[in-house]
Amino acid sequence: MSVARPEVAAPVEVVAARSTPRAIADWLGSLPLHVAIIGLTIAWIVPTLGLLVSSFRPLSEFATSGWWTALSPPFNFTLDNYRHVLDTSNLGQSFFNSFMISIPATVIPTTVAAFAAYSFSWMRFWGRDWIFLAMVALLAVPLQVTFIPVLSLFIKLGLNATFLGVWLAHTGYGLPFAIYLLANFFRALPADLFESAEIDGAGTLTVFFRIVLPLSVPALASLVIFQFLWVWNDLLVALIYLGGTPEVAPLTVTLANLVGSLGQGYQYLTAAAFVSMIVPLIVFFSLQRYFVRGILAGSVKG
Amino acid sequence: MASVTYDHVVKRYTPDVAAVRDFNVEIADKEFMVLVGPSGCGKSTALRMLAGLETITEGKIRIGERVVNGVAAKDRDIAMVFQSYALYPHMSVYDNMAFPLQMKRMPKAEIEKRVKQASGILGLDNFLKRKPRALSGGQRQRVALGRAIVRHPQVFLLDEPLSNLDAKLRAQTRIELQKLHRELETTFIYVTHDQVEAMTMGDRIAIMYDGVLQQVGTPDEIYDHPANLFVAGFIGSPTMNFVPVTVQNGTAKASGFEVALPQPVESRKGTLGFRPEALTDRDLNGSAVDMSVDVVERLGSDQFLYGQVGGDTVTARVDPRMKVTPGDRVRLGLDLRSLHLFDAETDRAVL
Repeated sequence: MSVARPEVAAPVEVVAARSTPRAIADWLGSLPLHVAIIGLTIAWIVPTLGLLVSSFRPLSEFATSGWWTALSPPFNFTLDNYRHVLDTSNLGQSFFNSFMISIPATVIPTTVAAFAAYSFSWMRFWGRDWIFLAMVALLAVPLQVTFIPVLSLFIKLGLNATFLGVWLAHTGYGLPFAIYLLANFFRALPADLFESAEIDGAGTLTVFFRIVLPLSVPALASLVIFQFLWVWNDLLVALIYLGGTPEVAPLTVTLANLVGSLGQGYQYLTAAAFVSMIVPLIVFFSLQRYFVRGILAGSVKG
Repeated sequence: MASVTYDHVVKRYTPDVAAVRDFNVEIADKEFMVLVGPSGCGKSTALRMLAGLETITEGKIRIGERVVNGVAAKDRDIAMVFQSYALYPHMSVYDNMAFPLQMKRMPKAEIEKRVKQASGILGLDNFLKRKPRALSGGQRQRVALGRAIVRHPQVFLLDEPLSNLDAKLRAQTRIELQKLHRELETTFIYVTHDQVEAMTMGDRIAIMYDGVLQQVGTPDEIYDHPANLFVAGFIGSPTMNFVPVTVQNGTAKASGFEVALPQPVESRKGTLGFRPEALTDRDLNGSAVDMSVDVVERLGSDQFLYGQVGGDTVTARVDPRMKVTPGDRVRLGLDLRSLHLFDAETDRAVL
């Protein structure tokens, strides 16, 4: 009964909103905001658009004029760049490798972070706040300083140039942010829920799986997107720990190899960028409603 | 179905800050006991210690004959309704109510039977598939009650369950809760800061202030014989009139009047207390006060006069047909049978 009421009221409001001077004033008042948003969106899209246009231009023009000149006659487009990229001998293998790296390197840190964040936010143990603080401080450690010590450790353990090594590396790099994000989200869950569950007889693990996780889907989804995009687009970590051998090289490494050591063939990079972008775009669009909610998740209680 | 006993219970958060001090109450089986007091008085802490959500610093809490100090919350055979209802937002109404039973690994058929029974009692049959966010405040409150009912607990704990409802719904739910208590024949312990809820619902009331239990008794006992100045001022609306007096030869002398006390008292100085309804427009054997009226409030069934007697502020509750306008001086009879005298040093009732 209470649901029916807004359905009845809504059409009346819409009619009123279109016709009254007040509504027009409101619309004019929000105009600057709309203009600013559209302006920002264009500013963000233009470079990508330029890249897209460039990827269809032949090398001769690519090297001599800006991409915008291609938008006026004479139109001179070609698919050569894409043909070259897609003909690269081990493209399929690289795609496979990228998935082999990205999926576990997303699932492992997200899982570990969820457990850790739950204990940091809702369990009491000695030194909890200090450990959490130390972990957050790790956010400030630049990735690059870890390469040599970690790599020499991996070599001792026989983990270099293995997928396991790069999964562990990505897990380590991803965990501080992942735990931080999830712990903040979990902490905002109302304490009464946990007390109620305690009285209802739910143990720690039951609370985690049946209450915390279902309520944290937005935060988990946004974390999965962040981590997946970062791992998928990563060149540096993969290059360091996996090396460039075709059997293990992910897409980013293979595509970077298209460019010769003297920079020849750099026009292929534009097409390669779009090829490698396909997967992140699919991930983003399929999860974007969680993504937007997840970014707001820690700050605004929804 | 069990009694609850608080035996010298103390709760300290830090060594020198006690939230609850030496708390002793016996709550009989099937009784509706209300813990009432201003916010921060320790009433919720007392309830949460019984629920097992807070540790007990000193003393013992017994449910029936069993000391529950070391018993986990889930094994105490209690159910609690929270102020915020604490419904699981991602579960349907049915699942919310079934959750505590699933945790006990009860067979599905039994769970369904109990949930259906509870939803029947609470009128939730048509809402079992809904999520809490699609319910009104009153319905959510009933789901929270349902989640407690399905467990067939020995004791119901209710922590300000009505304070998120609007006034009309609150009055209605108050009555429903009393009916529910009669139907379930279970011990209810109800925490509130609202003295109206306490007076209307409780078989007995325990009044707390600053971590200390002030008085336990039936609503009538507490209203008619408050043990001390705090209880006298906390229960009753409008509040009891307090007038500082000196006592000599069985007569209490205030700034604007004096009355002969019905029985001799020890105290020399104190506070004379009388409820607004102890002042009437009838003449009562010569004991009377002269009041200059500042404000008149007519409520239809009642008329409240606010004004001064001598140097003291006094409220009177008189017949609504009495014609009074602000600025008038009226002579009101004082009912000597409902006089209270509180000692100036101890604040305890001596009359």
